[in-house]
Amino acid sequence: MGERFLMKGNEALAEAAVLAGCRHFFCYPITPQNEVCAYMSRRMPKAGGTFLQAESEIAAINMVLGASAAGARAMTSSSSPGISLKTEGISYLAGSDLPCVILNIQRGGPGLGGIQPSQADYFQATRAPGHGDLRILVFSPATVQEMVDTVFDAFDLAERYRMPAMILADGLLGQMMEPVEFPAVDVTPSPKPWAVGANDGSRPRNVINSLYLQADVLEQRIRERFERYRQVEQSHSRCEEYLTGDAEILTVAYGASARVVRTAVNDARDKGIKAGMLRPLTLWPFPQEQLRAAAARAGAVLTVEMSMGQMVEDVRLYTGGSVPVHFFGRTGGVVPTPAEVLEQIERLNAEGGNG
Amino acid sequence: MAVVYQKPRGLTDAPLSYCPGCTHGIIHKLVAEALTGLGVMDKTVGVAPVGCSVLAYSFFDCDMVQSPHGRAPAVATGLKRVMPDNVVFTYQGDGDLAAIGTAETVHAAARGENITIIFVNNAIYGMTGGQMAPTTLPGQITQTTPYGRDVSGAGYPIRICEMLATLDGVAYAERVSVHDVPSVRKAGRAVKKAFQAQLDKKGFSLVEILSTCPTNWGLDPLESLQWLKDKMIPYYPLGVMKDLTGQGGGQL
Repeated sequence: MGERFLMKGNEALAEAAVLAGCRHFFCYPITPQNEVCAYMSRRMPKAGGTFLQAESEIAAINMVLGASAAGARAMTSSSSPGISLKTEGISYLAGSDLPCVILNIQRGGPGLGGIQPSQADYFQATRAPGHGDLRILVFSPATVQEMVDTVFDAFDLAERYRMPAMILADGLLGQMMEPVEFPAVDVTPSPKPWAVGANDGSRPRNVINSLYLQADVLEQRIRERFERYRQVEQSHSRCEEYLTGDAEILTVAYGASARVVRTAVNDARDKGIKAGMLRPLTLWPFPQEQLRAAAARAGAVLTVEMSMGQMVEDVRLYTGGSVPVHFFGRTGGVVPTPAEVLEQIERLNAEGGNG
Repeated sequence: MAVVYQKPRGLTDAPLSYCPGCTHGIIHKLVAEALTGLGVMDKTVGVAPVGCSVLAYSFFDCDMVQSPHGRAPAVATGLKRVMPDNVVFTYQGDGDLAAIGTAETVHAAARGENITIIFVNNAIYGMTGGQMAPTTLPGQITQTTPYGRDVSGAGYPIRICEMLATLDGVAYAERVSVHDVPSVRKAGRAVKKAFQAQLDKKGFSLVEILSTCPTNWGLDPLESLQWLKDKMIPYYPLGVMKDLTGQGGGQL
């Protein structure tokens, strides 16, 4: 660690990717992630890499597919409507066992929605990032520093498990400026024995492919992939637990909304209410064990999101009806205030936590 | 005994999956012969499309990537940007290249992406059972134009070569055919020239090859070759549409 910089989240993500060994970046302009593209367009030529503004989000993700197939660390960046266009490519990347990193700097939807921060793509990221039986890694940083750190993890795990990774941020995190430090590394990606390229006949032909016309063969490939997913679930779910030890009301929030909730939890504590927060840093795999334990201690759960309630379904799923799970959200680009969240915590507290 | 004919190095031993009489096999052979003739098979990466040639990754004896439908030029772009000294080509049909993948095709060409596209135009969607393609001729009967392609509703066929020739990034665009032996020989020279242009880093090269689909045209193989000659070539004139390769050759 060395010098501290005051940087926008989007720019920090871009710089971190370069330091993490990404030399191939493909994107299409969309608000509120444009700083990623702008930064990369300045940075990549100096790093000896490729910045390419593609003709569409679809082309950009398929350029990522090609670069990844050739063994490179490749990344693309977009925001919600653009991610919808990338879902085709994400499915093919997953079905071809290719790693990559995708940034989603979420904005309000559906449709063109708005350009203010949102967390309404949770379902898309964790449930249906593309057609077919597949999972992708989904990271949910909440600070600019975490965004930087997450980029390294995302590339590393994506390569280790040969699957796409998404960093699910939002317009608030992308646009805000915070002090940040970068690790003093410049990662050289390891060679990929499966990658396509020159072949003098000393190895078998490498074919990157997602097509298996025989159903039993396709099933077998998917089962092998899901065995890797199981390993990811066992080893790589992460969360922060904030004041959960004695918490009677457990809030669950990620990303930008977790910043608001942290303030509300502090305010509740100031009023003598034992509130705490569990903050997933990975949305897939979801930190389900940690959630179950913290929820069992607390007795009541309040999930706060910038959506009409998406992660709350996972919170209910993983707590299995053992505790009442409440929800508070603002959507369409509206960021909840600490006062609004505190009001919810106070209401639950008054109802004895299990209202 | 002298060997007068053999399967070219550059193709695997996998049996081709194409229908009897289909000219995909000839075109595969031309591509393999060009790459082996230039001595670059061992540094070539191909991109297979979605369509009849979806299994092309099984047939070309080099590393291959299977692409989403229409996205082969974007996939090839990603490959080429990582490995600029390798040969990267896509092998695409008319639906893949000129309908769902039009944007990827046009913009790879506009960028002057140093890749080679082998574009097989048989005026129909073969693998899905013979629907109208962007290159289906006016009046041509297909599964989805049962009364013949009516241009008042279904629009007009796209002449890809002519369209791409207007773009500054294109180094070489030629339309050829494989309906008879002289045409096959010319097509082979065009394919080789396109790959040579890529080796010379001239930019985007595309060879459009008029091809047959006896199964979905409802004709036997010989009738299909005749139909190609009589019906397709008048609409899709053969020849060099653009040539900045400096290799010579000129109009056919």
